[in-house]
Amino acid sequence: MNPIQKFFDKIEPLFEKGGKYEKYYTLYEGHRTILFRPKLVTPSKGVQIRDANDLKRTMITVVIAMIPCLLFGIWNIGHQHFLAIGETATFMQKVGIGAIQALPIVIVSYAVGLGTEFAICVIRNHPVNEGYLVTGMLIALIMPPFIPLWQVALATVFAVIIAKEVFGGTGMNILNIALTARAFLYFAYPTDISGSVWTYIGDATPVDGYTGATALAIAYDTALAGTGTVLEAFSNFWAEGMFSFQNMFLGAIPGSIGETSTLCVLIGALILIITGVGSWKIVLSVFLGAWLMGLGFNAIGYNAFMDLPAHYHLVMGGLAFGAVFMATDPVSAAHTETGKWIYGILIGVLTVIIRVVNPAYPEGIMLAILLMNVFAPLIDHYVVQSNKNRRLKRATV
Amino acid sequence: MSQTIKLKKGFDINLAGKAAKVVSDAPKPETFAIKPTDFPSITRPKLLVEQGDKVKAGTPLLYDKMADNILYCSPVSGEIAEINRGDKRKLLEIRILADTENQYETFEKFSSSDLKGLSKEDAINQMLKSGVWANIIQRPYGIVANPEDKPKAIFISAFDTHPLSPDYNFIYKDQDEAFQTGLNILKKLTTGKVHLNISADNEVARMFSQAEGVQINQFSGKHPAGNVGVQIHHLDPINKSDVAWTVKPYGVIQIGKLFLEGKYDASKIVALTGSEVKEPKYYKTFTGASIKNIIKDNIKEGHVRYITGNPLTGEKISDTGYLGFYDEQITVVPEGDFEELLGWIKPTTSKLSFYRAIGLLSFLNKKKEYVLNTNTNGEERAFVLTGRFEEVLPMDILPMYLFKAIMAEDFDEMEALGIFELVEEDVALCEFIDTSKHELQMILRKGINLMING
Repeated sequence: MNPIQKFFDKIEPLFEKGGKYEKYYTLYEGHRTILFRPKLVTPSKGVQIRDANDLKRTMITVVIAMIPCLLFGIWNIGHQHFLAIGETATFMQKVGIGAIQALPIVIVSYAVGLGTEFAICVIRNHPVNEGYLVTGMLIALIMPPFIPLWQVALATVFAVIIAKEVFGGTGMNILNIALTARAFLYFAYPTDISGSVWTYIGDATPVDGYTGATALAIAYDTALAGTGTVLEAFSNFWAEGMFSFQNMFLGAIPGSIGETSTLCVLIGALILIITGVGSWKIVLSVFLGAWLMGLGFNAIGYNAFMDLPAHYHLVMGGLAFGAVFMATDPVSAAHTETGKWIYGILIGVLTVIIRVVNPAYPEGIMLAILLMNVFAPLIDHYVVQSNKNRRLKRATV
Repeated sequence: MSQTIKLKKGFDINLAGKAAKVVSDAPKPETFAIKPTDFPSITRPKLLVEQGDKVKAGTPLLYDKMADNILYCSPVSGEIAEINRGDKRKLLEIRILADTENQYETFEKFSSSDLKGLSKEDAINQMLKSGVWANIIQRPYGIVANPEDKPKAIFISAFDTHPLSPDYNFIYKDQDEAFQTGLNILKKLTTGKVHLNISADNEVARMFSQAEGVQINQFSGKHPAGNVGVQIHHLDPINKSDVAWTVKPYGVIQIGKLFLEGKYDASKIVALTGSEVKEPKYYKTFTGASIKNIIKDNIKEGHVRYITGNPLTGEKISDTGYLGFYDEQITVVPEGDFEELLGWIKPTTSKLSFYRAIGLLSFLNKKKEYVLNTNTNGEERAFVLTGRFEEVLPMDILPMYLFKAIMAEDFDEMEALGIFELVEEDVALCEFIDTSKHELQMILRKGINLMING
């Protein structure tokens, strides 16, 4: 027997009923099951054998799918930093600066989130769930590189408690937990999560003409000013080629840690779709909805933002990241297959509408997904109802 | 009019330990048992025998007070050895110490010309008192049929797609006459059709493909294409207040023999299967046999689990346990009661999965025969994944919504979402692939019981 197993066996009586740490049993169990697949067997009636997959493996698959985004994000923080201060730097220097900014955010998100989760598991006496493995990474990846760590911690606690645990834990939530954290920050500390927060400058002085604006902000301002096209504004940006379609696709642009690179997001999407963990229907329909709405605005052509070629919407801001990692969260998305198409398309459509016509906030994907999270049960209701109606109709024919 | 129905959804579980097509004669088991728990419809069993009574094959042992005309009979002749009760005196087993030579109760025999003139009532009476009626299962609910009902049709699945399932073409060889006679009797019981559903993917014995007087339908696809419930859904689905009956080929043959030979013949060929069997093959025995002699000297070393039935819908028994009433299969698999270091994340080619989540590589090798143990491979959680149950249930049903309706005990929802169309075996694959590890068959039975009693 493995010495770790022996250790667990030795301390087990302390956590069992009547033991000294009885009320922490769930923590004991949670740690043991992370190290060892438990020895539970199937009951005497029912399936005698079980599929090898479980929720832990499903969740870790999503975390692995996010790793390209995280790694690219770390490099990109450094890249944007040196670009803004007008210095050339080696790959390792960029990664170094990025890691110093990003990793504390990841660590705080996991430490605070898991701590909250453990505390609630002990209070409510329910098993530690693996859902936070994904949420922890998601929260970190949608934070600006510059965010104060206490805000990350506060947002995490808020999201875990209000978005998840009050509904009963993983699998019971209505809203996407990570997006709730982001929305909390957006409404509680708007100045810290909008404007020029997307590039880490540090103590250095930026180059002449530097602005930390994102593509979405530029597009919005161009429309407001009423002169020129968005693409012209892009090409006049202080850093040349920053907002070319190609560069935005690759992701060397300012933005949240993990959301900038459409390419890395698509690698993640490929992992999710090949492994079958994420719904390709949702991913595809979000992109489709955004593109169609972009085309729709092209046809209206009221201002410069509306005239922006529709495919630019797919690589700007967090649309791709939201479509692949947020909208596909199976718990808060539509549960029926037909419902997933409607849900995804509406997210895409709403994202572009919010981007183009909402004066307050240039990024639409967060609010679009949260809004559709709320409407997903309604969509499902009608899909389920049509299933029931088919059955009823069959009976009366 | 024959039709072929192709089913795209489903999942084949390819396990090691398929039975070789050889029939062995194991020494006749000393004891047999009838387990009232094999019949979910029996709520108030009443014994007709006491310990020490002599019985013959076909002597009634018990009946259900709620349906007292259906008799459950002894499969072999011998002496009642023990009546085994559980908590609150719940009747668990009636054990029979078997004679070496089988004695039969005699029932009326018919020539084929007599059978033509036999009335429905007389046929039913003979079936009720001889013990063969228990082969007739009613949909909805999957319980022994009520002889007073008028089923809209009778459905027979002539193939079994469960993992390691016995090959009906092989075990019913040379039973052509009994099978056809059984079909002729069943035809008297319904004003609708008798559907005989055969596999479109494999060779089918003539007794099935050339059966007369019935509608033959072909089904193609992965498991659960052989489940009669799935077949009914595609042929003539069960709606509210519909009643249909189903019979397994074994039951059809047993009914045929009752009328041809005038006896309750409970002999059957069972498959001893599973990765832990040294030489998986078929054995000749009787309903309710103790598996003790069958498994003797044929099981590998190690901690194993004995299952009566197949690994998806079967029931765990001890090494001296008894074959279930409806089972034609004994499966022996390794127990999985051990921890595995980082077992939830380790890449593996030796474990089977419907999924392709990180490290689950079984999808790369579809031909491989797997050795699966009884470990649950994870703990129970709330439902998280969506849309996957639908992929293994080839019916227009939304399983997760139905399970949630059952958990909420919402009668209207259960009915509207199609509970009448399902029995346990239809959702067994959902249970197998459930990453949240719910006991879905048990949940469904709970829902069905609510519908029956509520």
